[in-house]
Amino acid sequence: MFKKQQNRVRIAKALETKRTSTPYAVSVEDLTVHYVTSKETVKAVNGISFKLPKKRTLGIVGETGAGKTTAMLSLMNMVPDPPGKIISGNIQVGGLDIRGLSQSELKRVRGKEIAMIFQDPMTSLNPVITVGDQIAESLLLHQDISKQEAMEQARGMLAKVGIDPDRAGEYPHQFSGGMRQRVGIAIALACKPSVLIADEPTSALDVTIQAQILHLMRELKEENDSSMILITHDLGVVAELCDDVAVMYAGNIVEYGTLEDVFNHTKHPYTEGLFNSLPNIHNRVSKLQPIPGLMPDPSKLPDGCAFAPRCPYATEACKAQAPYIKHFSESHLAACTAYHDEAFAIKRRETE
Amino acid sequence: MLKYIMKRILAIIPVVIAVSFIVFFIMDFVPTDAAVTALGDGATEEELEYYRDTHGLNDPLPVRYVRYMAGIFHGDLGTSYANQMPVWDLFFDKFPNTLRLALASVVVTVLLSLPLGILAAVKENTWVDTVCSTISFVGLAMPNFWLGLLLIMLFAVNLHWLPSTGAEGFKSLILPAITCGTGNMAALTRITRSSMLDVLRQDYLRTARSKGQSERNIIFGHAFRNAQIPVVTQIGIQMSTLIGGAVLTERVFAWPGVGAFMVDSIQKSDFEVVTGFVIMLAIFVSLVLLLVDVLYALLDPRIKAQYSKN
Repeated sequence: MFKKQQNRVRIAKALETKRTSTPYAVSVEDLTVHYVTSKETVKAVNGISFKLPKKRTLGIVGETGAGKTTAMLSLMNMVPDPPGKIISGNIQVGGLDIRGLSQSELKRVRGKEIAMIFQDPMTSLNPVITVGDQIAESLLLHQDISKQEAMEQARGMLAKVGIDPDRAGEYPHQFSGGMRQRVGIAIALACKPSVLIADEPTSALDVTIQAQILHLMRELKEENDSSMILITHDLGVVAELCDDVAVMYAGNIVEYGTLEDVFNHTKHPYTEGLFNSLPNIHNRVSKLQPIPGLMPDPSKLPDGCAFAPRCPYATEACKAQAPYIKHFSESHLAACTAYHDEAFAIKRRETE
Repeated sequence: MLKYIMKRILAIIPVVIAVSFIVFFIMDFVPTDAAVTALGDGATEEELEYYRDTHGLNDPLPVRYVRYMAGIFHGDLGTSYANQMPVWDLFFDKFPNTLRLALASVVVTVLLSLPLGILAAVKENTWVDTVCSTISFVGLAMPNFWLGLLLIMLFAVNLHWLPSTGAEGFKSLILPAITCGTGNMAALTRITRSSMLDVLRQDYLRTARSKGQSERNIIFGHAFRNAQIPVVTQIGIQMSTLIGGAVLTERVFAWPGVGAFMVDSIQKSDFEVVTGFVIMLAIFVSLVLLLVDVLYALLDPRIKAQYSKN
């Protein structure tokens, strides 16, 4: 037991020497992740870059299969390998180069510096371990405390997420979906991580529960001074919680900016398509305009812009060359070849 | 939970009645005269008839069945025709040996199969997986009597480390347990592997990993705890088979267990022994299966909740 503590201290010291000071909670440069099997190579993430300043919330929006979850698992170096491989890229979390850490150092970082809330609370809790023990597990891994102290803190966490602490001895099957997601939040936040990743935390929940869970997350994030990355395909959730937005398509960030940039000065045709496919509460007679077609098979991506086959503005140039990255302001960029033409502009449905 | 166990114990009674009924009637069809078995070929017809009369063998079948069943509840399973000993005593003379061998074999199987199965699952589709599976199948492919004889040749005859026969102390248990245990390895390894593979894909392992938990604790603390139900089921099945006696192993090592003794009794037409033994074994197999069900509840709180509901 004593040796374990010594080990922990030693690794923590080694980690501190590797840390560089930075204003960013997370910074990712040119991250590429592929799933390589003997049959095919699935290009899940293809060179994304973004920087998340401390205490801010970044929303990552995109369809299922756009590579959102894979990109976020990379931040914890948890892409299932095999078949997943981080091909290239620099990943910094709290000034630590994630790809340059040993397994034992990574274990110090996971749960302590960066933690994750998962999509499906029905499957992300271990069914044969009490919820109290599952929360205490994180605490015991990262703090030098006794089992009793950990259990006491776990009960405190339960109270914080709005569950009666006396239920700490119960098993996940005794809780409803919303309650289980609260437990998931308690597990993720137990060690007060500086970065919190929430992977579609509400998509498996009832609409009435969604708002509660989102508010809880925001509250606790602010209490801990954490930064948050929220993966979602719900633009309403983004508007509610996020400061910055990244729109992902086929493993690329196609538009990136502040909430104001992306929502009110939409530049990328795909982002436009996302907004157009939302129902409009002010104009109920207007028809939904879904984006035609499907996202390309990530094992057979086209040469040029991956969105070109579905894009109403696409030209031959889009299909031939990689998209042009246009910076509209310091905070706002879009990857779209059409902006070679200064006069190009997209149309939002509301403005018609 | 206690209520559930009591219910299950009571449910053993109909099982015993059904088994005894079947065995009793089958034995009645066999064209062998118990009086001849008891008195030998030299007995005269009067002596035989006198024996049948005094032992109630001339009574109609239902009468004999009811009398027999009434005896069971008093610990009376009749008397062996061949050596005039009470069947009850004979059973409890042999059964502890069988139980000992069965437990030891299961321990051998578990100690070999669980590590092999877990390792094979964690290293799925690699050469490690292949090696683990191959090892477990070697155990299945070797006939018990052959492996037993090889072990005797090596450890008893050549090295003089272990006794070749008998049931005296721990040392004499080792070779029969290995012989018996390796034969069951393949099944348990396969079950462990597939059950682990199932669990290793579960989301909650990702949650554990995201907490910073080590791979070793993820595999044993999180995954294996969830993979135990099929494993325990398989161990229960093997245990109940072994309780019936491992006839070949008992023969090779002259192990005084119930299996070999029952075979002898059948050959001697000592049907009182056969009937009594089968009924007693049915009871013990039922108890093993009950134990397995109780273990389920201890391993999985969801199952425990269900037991409490009923």
